[in-house]
Amino acid sequence: MHSFIQDLAETNRYQATRLLSILRAIQTRYHYIPEVAIEQLAELLKIPRTQIISVVEFYSFFHLSPRGQYEILISDSITDHMLGKKGLLDYLSKKLKVAVGEVRQDGVVSLDNTSCTGLCDQGPAGLVNGYALSRLNHHRIDQITALINQQKPLEEWPPELFLVEDNIQLPDLLLAHPIKPGAALTAMFNRGAQETLAEISFAELRGRGGAGYNTAWKWHLCYEGPEEDAFCDIVTQQHQQQRYVVCNADEGEPGTFKDRVLLNTYAHQVFEGMTLCAAIIGADHGLLYLRGEYLHLYEKLQGILEARRQAGLLGNNILKQGLNFDIEICLGAGAYICGEESALIESLEGKMGIPRNRPPYPVTQGYLGKPTVVNNVETFMAAASIAINGGDWFANVGTQKSKGTKILSICGDCARPGIYEYPFGTSIQTVLDDCGASDVLGVQIGGPSGTFIANHEFKRQLAFEDLATGGSFIIFNNSRNILEIVNNFIHFFAHESCGFCTPCRVGTSLLKKQLDKIIEGHGSAGDVVALEELCQLIKTQSHCGLGQTAANPVLTTLERYPELYQSQLKKISYEPGFDLDGALETARRLAKRNDTGAHLAQIEDES
Amino acid sequence: MSKSITIDGNTVPFEEGQTIMEAATAAGVYIPHLCHHPEFTPHGSCKLCNVKVNGRVCSACTFPAMEGQEVLNNTQELTDDRKLITQMLFVEGNHFCPSCEKTGNCQLQAVAYHLNMLDNHFPLFYPARKVDASHAEVMIDHNRCIFCTLCVRASQQIDGKDVFAISGRGLNKHLLVNAQSGLLKDTDIEATDQAAHICPTGAILIKHTAYQVPIGERIYDHKQIDQVSLDSENPQHGQ
Repeated sequence: MHSFIQDLAETNRYQATRLLSILRAIQTRYHYIPEVAIEQLAELLKIPRTQIISVVEFYSFFHLSPRGQYEILISDSITDHMLGKKGLLDYLSKKLKVAVGEVRQDGVVSLDNTSCTGLCDQGPAGLVNGYALSRLNHHRIDQITALINQQKPLEEWPPELFLVEDNIQLPDLLLAHPIKPGAALTAMFNRGAQETLAEISFAELRGRGGAGYNTAWKWHLCYEGPEEDAFCDIVTQQHQQQRYVVCNADEGEPGTFKDRVLLNTYAHQVFEGMTLCAAIIGADHGLLYLRGEYLHLYEKLQGILEARRQAGLLGNNILKQGLNFDIEICLGAGAYICGEESALIESLEGKMGIPRNRPPYPVTQGYLGKPTVVNNVETFMAAASIAINGGDWFANVGTQKSKGTKILSICGDCARPGIYEYPFGTSIQTVLDDCGASDVLGVQIGGPSGTFIANHEFKRQLAFEDLATGGSFIIFNNSRNILEIVNNFIHFFAHESCGFCTPCRVGTSLLKKQLDKIIEGHGSAGDVVALEELCQLIKTQSHCGLGQTAANPVLTTLERYPELYQSQLKKISYEPGFDLDGALETARRLAKRNDTGAHLAQIEDES
Repeated sequence: MSKSITIDGNTVPFEEGQTIMEAATAAGVYIPHLCHHPEFTPHGSCKLCNVKVNGRVCSACTFPAMEGQEVLNNTQELTDDRKLITQMLFVEGNHFCPSCEKTGNCQLQAVAYHLNMLDNHFPLFYPARKVDASHAEVMIDHNRCIFCTLCVRASQQIDGKDVFAISGRGLNKHLLVNAQSGLLKDTDIEATDQAAHICPTGAILIKHTAYQVPIGERIYDHKQIDQVSLDSENPQHGQ
């Protein structure tokens, strides 16, 4: 192990910023991060051991104690549940003879849950040693169990287990007209970098991650530098300043998988968009932050980067126009919060993914403290198309405040889940008709952090001025239980809260408790009011977007179905805040008793 | 003319580069806080100092003061939310003031009194946390840690050491000490270190000093935290 870690540190140039990548390699090889490795790394990287431990404990895919040689994680997205995840997980656990959350005694296999893996259109899904498993069913589980018990290396597993389909159902402006590699850069060199920025500005392209910040303005701010420096000699300042282009491919919002498809089939165009941005803002280094769950795309993407270098589209003197730029891929390690741009930058720097205090914003102080543009995969892709086709081509589509199209990841109760591209302004009803959804109860727009809309609202539109979305679109039919959906989302946020600020760290866990209490039938008068009060506090006082939206599942359904929550409450004025009989469980087990005297009624008149 | 903002309608001057908290403190306006300390880089995590700046919620300890800001601080709405945030800190850990030797000198307790917190409001988590009494002079009671990182910052920025770190995600946050054994006795901390004295709660304590100052004669026994805070954090205050 000693020489492995020595070599690893050397390959990574002893840079602490490479910590995630180093830890990924150690986790893959040893199935955990051994204490001796931490001690050795601390010396080699010249950082305190506590910094390494804190990173290990922060990311879901790192462990301080050994996991199985085959580490199986099953996606816990609501869509996986709708496809029968619970039953399959129980079956898998029984077949493999390992409890969920545990390692089998022989150390061969471990089993656990994980947050949405981005295969909602072909679930129930999972990961084995980080590689995506699709369309799990009893037959596949039997197959997997046999392969694990024979200890077959992953390379010898049947490839269909790992087959991830694109499922592009409805291409439009972007998906139907992919660019030829180099075409956007050629167009940019012909038109001029600042003129190309002007086209992106005419296009009124807004960030596709969900927040919708004006892309051209963001690039402009990064190029110009902070306002207070604007009075300096801009020319010298721009030449001195190191800048970075970062592509946010940490698509963790449950129900979203469009970036998976874009990177699988349109990666050239995404990289071209990044290169375009680099030429405009004056960056020579780009980073693609790829969520750990998309490990299956990593080799392919590296191949495309290499092909682009060979074709003169990356590296030194791109297209012989004097532009120097290259792109590095950094893998995440299981943390939804890293989709938040400043947390993502922290993660790129090898740290815990904790959102920064702002200002300063990344455009002035981002990666390694330098001006940085962080944009979504789809944004870079759109920018590349705009560079070729011009701003008008894009701005002619959409609504007044939302130009162009939006790529949706559609999943849940519909006949044809997959990728759909729509002009902004399209009604929800149109989308539902296209994907073959019937008997619809409601739709979760923008994932758990977005909005739940009921079936009388389907005239509403996809647009920043109405229903904004990063792309997640989950359909529920009338057989679904809203409280179960909300419960899944609230548990997700409590699991993914980074824990930095009090309102989100404690609030999301309190919210989970309070909702469980109501759903389990222990709520009494006042408990729904308390639930809403807690939601408002988390929403208004939290540090970042995660906390500010974590209560949305409750708030948006409580607004639409107040009677649903009220009907869960007991009719008495006071109900003990916890399950009295449940609280005696440990005592019963210790005393080996289960007679009537060892049980307690929740309220006196019940017995 | 110097630049100014308003806090609750009163004009407060500020110097370029100051945060809202710094401007407020210099002007004798108390904004409740726990993770902030004027000697260290602001952290912005406890969120007690959240104020409304032109309608938007911002942490006063990290947000720069800028011309034209209308800041709301001492409003019923913010006081109610601050009380709830303080109650969250109480239920998250195991805080039993009557049996804690820090009582009367504890900022968490004092802020709670200041905000008129009379109960926990939320259900308690009762987390299982340890006490590290391994060191001869300094001890950690993890039950009382609120993850303000003041000890982390003090150790790095004043003591020139790296004794503490905060680790874990979400509700699993916890304080780490920098020793292979994970025990305080194996670190280079000394009782004279700033990090050993900075804790706003009773999580890091100096041994053998517990009741040298009797209850009734402690910092917050006769003064509210707003007064103490302004007196200590703004030397000019009251002059």
